Amino acid sequence: MTRLLSPNLLRTLLPGLSLAALLLAIFYLQPRTMSYFGLNLLLNLAVPIALATIAQMFILCVNDLDLSLGAFISLTACITATWLNTTPLLGVLALLACIVAYGALGALIHLRNLPSIVVTLGMSFVWTGIAVLVLPTPGGAAPGWIRTLMTLKPALVPFPIIALVVIGLVVHVGLMRSAAGVVLRGAGGNAKSVARAGWSLLRVKVTMFSLAGLFGVLSGMALVGLTTSADANIALRYTLLSIAGGILGGGEFVGGRVSPIGAVIGAITLALAGSFLSFLRLNPDWQIGAQGAILILVLALRLLISAREVRR
Amino acid sequence: MRGVEKSFGAARALTGVDFDAARGCCVGLVGHNGAGKSTLMNVLAGVVSPDQGEILINGALLDATYDPARAAEQGVRVVFQELSLCPNLTVAENLRIFHPSIKGIGWRKTARQVILAELDRIFPGHGISPDAEVGTLSIARRQMVEIARAFSNVNSRIELVILDEPTSSLDQNSAAQLVAFVRGFVAKGGTVILISHLLGEILDATDQIVVMKDGATAAVDATRHFDRPRLVREMGDVLAENNAFGGRKSTRRDGPALVSGPEENDQYLQLYPGEIIGFAGLSGHGQTDMLVRIFEASQGARGKITATEKAVFVAGDRQTDGVFPLWSITQNIFVGSLTRLTKGLSLDFGQAEEEAQDWQKRLSVRTPDMANNILSLSGGNQQKALFARALGADARIVLMDDPMRGVDVGTKQEVYEILTQEAANGRALIWYTTETDELKHCDRVYVFREGRIVAELSGEMLSEENILSHSFEKDTA
Repeated sequence: MTRLLSPNLLRTLLPGLSLAALLLAIFYLQPRTMSYFGLNLLLNLAVPIALATIAQMFILCVNDLDLSLGAFISLTACITATWLNTTPLLGVLALLACIVAYGALGALIHLRNLPSIVVTLGMSFVWTGIAVLVLPTPGGAAPGWIRTLMTLKPALVPFPIIALVVIGLVVHVGLMRSAAGVVLRGAGGNAKSVARAGWSLLRVKVTMFSLAGLFGVLSGMALVGLTTSADANIALRYTLLSIAGGILGGGEFVGGRVSPIGAVIGAITLALAGSFLSFLRLNPDWQIGAQGAILILVLALRLLISAREVRR
Repeated sequence: MRGVEKSFGAARALTGVDFDAARGCCVGLVGHNGAGKSTLMNVLAGVVSPDQGEILINGALLDATYDPARAAEQGVRVVFQELSLCPNLTVAENLRIFHPSIKGIGWRKTARQVILAELDRIFPGHGISPDAEVGTLSIARRQMVEIARAFSNVNSRIELVILDEPTSSLDQNSAAQLVAFVRGFVAKGGTVILISHLLGEILDATDQIVVMKDGATAAVDATRHFDRPRLVREMGDVLAENNAFGGRKSTRRDGPALVSGPEENDQYLQLYPGEIIGFAGLSGHGQTDMLVRIFEASQGARGKITATEKAVFVAGDRQTDGVFPLWSITQNIFVGSLTRLTKGLSLDFGQAEEEAQDWQKRLSVRTPDMANNILSLSGGNQQKALFARALGADARIVLMDDPMRGVDVGTKQEVYEILTQEAANGRALIWYTTETDELKHCDRVYVFREGRIVAELSGEMLSEENILSHSFEKDTA
């Protein structure tokens, strides 16, 4: 006895439906966005946000929370705009060191059984501090190749759309479909069971945090490619955006329930919410509040669906 | 296994157990709560390492590095009592966690086939899709998946399967399918250890039965020499004087009942002032739920239970819902009486300290200074502090959720006396315990099974044998 729209299916579709509704509203308000150029402009900034959301999703998957992501992405953006541009070898080494540091944080959190919120909150100040040392005043320049990549103009489909689809699919295959991804997600669902089957939880945590570091680095690079310069506070709001995007996309704070495609959709929804509110000619002072209202609306819908499921 | 011993703090879970399981044999393991069955199996599976004793598999002695991974290499598989699947993964993905050798391109297809074949083999007509997320399956189906996973084989040895309460959430039909499958598995030379509270099932499925009691084996014999009465008798405390039961019997029923419970199954829970009543039955059969419901009723929640007086709760699980670990002993005691101890705007700390000293004397809490941190006390003494907190409050109803877990014998005797005293002072106590001996201190006992009260025992009817036989299902099969 399966109903046409089971709660489970509805929940899966919810992120996509909310995005579609938002897009339709934008097209209605401003039909000119329905062009190649319009979409390009609209979705450009969604790329680094999507990468950040994926990074956060890896952390959420092992029941942790990263409050330093925004500061970390700011740091990688600063490194990209300075060292990677002027002395590429030093830049690459520094970015690799960032990823290794993230993996080490994962090991520390697992071995000492520390709350990730505390560790990452503390680290956020460390990242910001280093970023200020690397780039004391706003400036720097994007390396030419990143700039070229981010402003690519492929025929027919705008670059941000291709990039977003690729990001979503690659992570989906890696985490949701591969045999190794199953173990990583299983550790979020029932760590004891995974450990009993002989897997190392330490390796799982380090892998997940390293992946988060990798995507944080990519997010910083993409951001610099768009803005052409950096500053030590450039991405601070990404911390909350990435958490909101991950949850909006159907992820949950505990239990290893995540969805890479959902996370990308959630990130796009958040990026578009800002544009939508501008098209409404809303006073910018109200925008952040209105963004929050959209978030609450979608999450409330999800709760309603879940409540229906329980009652069954 | 030879002379295995294991202690958790003051409680000795295993006291020198010898245990054999022969190849091609299904061994049943029975005994009531806390007899040490699960601990023994955890030792065998490498989850818990024994304090003493040795484990041999196929005649080879296992050393200190024995752990779950080594156990799996030796072909030992366990279906644990608490479900150990990942709820966020699908059935097939859970199999992959279990078998590292399923990998590479097309792994999903292999995993699907293996688990589906195994499910079909054990539970024909199960109706489980390998792509279903485990969290969305019913408990019974999860259990089927877990059992099928334990028996599945992908490039690995499988010699001994331990089933810890495998049928607790299966319906009769599936349980029968499992028993039939186990017989077939054993006939092909496998070994199964079956732990179950359903005596009929044990008698049907096994070749040999081991009865455990108080951390030691009480009887080992071929199944054909056992029948229900003998099993119940062996599990019981035949040596202890049974006449100690029902020694306490309050006939005073002054005043109306403080708690009147739901009427289910022709059983009606009632609690009068001055009474100590016991909740018995196997653990996890709804006793704690009932205590919580009574507590909620005393706080004004409306339901099938009415409670006319305030109630306090003595938690059994000290670490999670008992002590405030950062506070001193005194603070841990007076937190239960904050309103009474408030004078003006501030707490009356002098009074609080005095009362704490008083409790220290009455309960002989062993500490040089009541201002010490609560964690400086031993487990039993922490429990005394929790009793002091509850008894110091002005509530007339005291609810105790298996409060003596891990408490040593001396302390228990002291607490029993105080409880009797408190009852004589007009308090009403409800005491859920997993130790049958403790029920000797109760006026009446309600036996729980599957979330309901199935029997009320008092006076001469109150005996270990009666409690046991009501705790176990009277399977008609």
